Amino acid sequence: MDRNSNLYTILFAAVVVTVSAILLAVAVMVLKPAQERNKRQEKMTDIMYTIGLDKENLTTKAAAEGLKLNYQLIEKYFNKYFIKQYALKADGTIDKSVNAFDINMKAEIKKPVEEQRFPIYIAEVDGHKYYVIPLYGKGLWDDIWGYIALNEDLNTVKGVKFGHKGETPGLGAEITKKWFENQFKGEKIFDKNGTFKGITLSKTNKDPENKDKEDHEVDAISGSTLTSNGVTNMLQERLKHYLPFFNKVRQQQN
Amino acid sequence: MAKKHKWQDLIKDPLNENNPITVQVLGICSALAITVKLMPAIVMALSVMVVIAFSNVIVSLMRNYIPNRIRIIVQLLVVATLVILVDQLLKAYAYDVSKQLSVFVGLIITNCIVMGRLEAFALANKPFDSFLDGIGNGAGYGLILIIVAFFRELLGSGTLFDKQVIPQSFYDAGYVNNAMMLLPAMALITVGIVIWVQRSLYPQLTEKE
Repeated sequence: MDRNSNLYTILFAAVVVTVSAILLAVAVMVLKPAQERNKRQEKMTDIMYTIGLDKENLTTKAAAEGLKLNYQLIEKYFNKYFIKQYALKADGTIDKSVNAFDINMKAEIKKPVEEQRFPIYIAEVDGHKYYVIPLYGKGLWDDIWGYIALNEDLNTVKGVKFGHKGETPGLGAEITKKWFENQFKGEKIFDKNGTFKGITLSKTNKDPENKDKEDHEVDAISGSTLTSNGVTNMLQERLKHYLPFFNKVRQQQN
Repeated sequence: MAKKHKWQDLIKDPLNENNPITVQVLGICSALAITVKLMPAIVMALSVMVVIAFSNVIVSLMRNYIPNRIRIIVQLLVVATLVILVDQLLKAYAYDVSKQLSVFVGLIITNCIVMGRLEAFALANKPFDSFLDGIGNGAGYGLILIIVAFFRELLGSGTLFDKQVIPQSFYDAGYVNNAMMLLPAMALITVGIVIWVQRSLYPQLTEKE
């Protein structure tokens, strides 16, 4: 066949495209289980990180049992420490038909508030109870997300973990760094009268060493005001949906 | 007719005299972006090597059948397919590293080295020679990546492969990690220094005025 004819060109293109499409489809199907497993494991390690069970801690724990930290072990620790997971409705009641861990936050926050389910993970470590709440919002360029762990008083922050899709490296992307996440430890989300304040990333924070844990403020990141605002808004918007549930827990505690 | 290539030269040339980064100045963008730590740099280097080598072989096998009018598109398709395969494999078996590399694996498609080798070499040479050429150029790219990443991680974070190598006593004595090394600007300067050193050692590489 004439290799410069239109027919040959079209046929050649069709064959090459089909072959590569089949190849990719097969590869994606074969690799899907392993990828899903990685995502699940990442979610578990992120959640455990907020209550102080970071990778080093878990590795030490595993070593004490003479084991190496692997997927099964991470799942085992997660199930051991996280005694309860709830999917809450907007009024604070529990929706038993939904598995909290499987809720995809990205899709969930697009729904109207009444239809959303709010996951909460409750952990018990060495006699202390922690409440971990997933976060999801918008940064400067793209989505940001994270987890925030509260102590049993539902007020003091135990730890946070942030992630982002495409914030500027060196600026907005710093939210995933330890120095930034450590600022949140000990901050309060309610003021003394019990009014919900959230935590603000502030540029005019007169507390650079973050000694004042009652001011509901941590240092924002220089040069990334919009990512910082995004984190503030995300904390405000997500946490306020849990207020009815907090009230219920408090009534029970009293 | 295609020239006869010595296979040693195919591997050796791109490592030094014809290095894709320092001599041809291709693929700079990714070299700046993912050289903050050694581990991602090595994975990136291997990924690029695999993509160049196999796209070279595939295009070389098809070189007598590709219609000239759509050859660039066909090359792109081959490269894109391989890159997505590599990306999916990393996501399945090297998740942490693939997260650090993020979009840069996908951007191997736009790495000029890959297209450059396809156009300049694979279209005119036999598959085995093309394979070696791909390995050589991937290695040349990777070599520079690893050199740059070594200095950036050592001076920027005080670690190598995430293991602390600069002892605590240095920090106690007032030593501070140079945070500038973590920014892309210093990567460019580091690449510049590598080029400078290389041209001082091999004066024949310097352009004539």
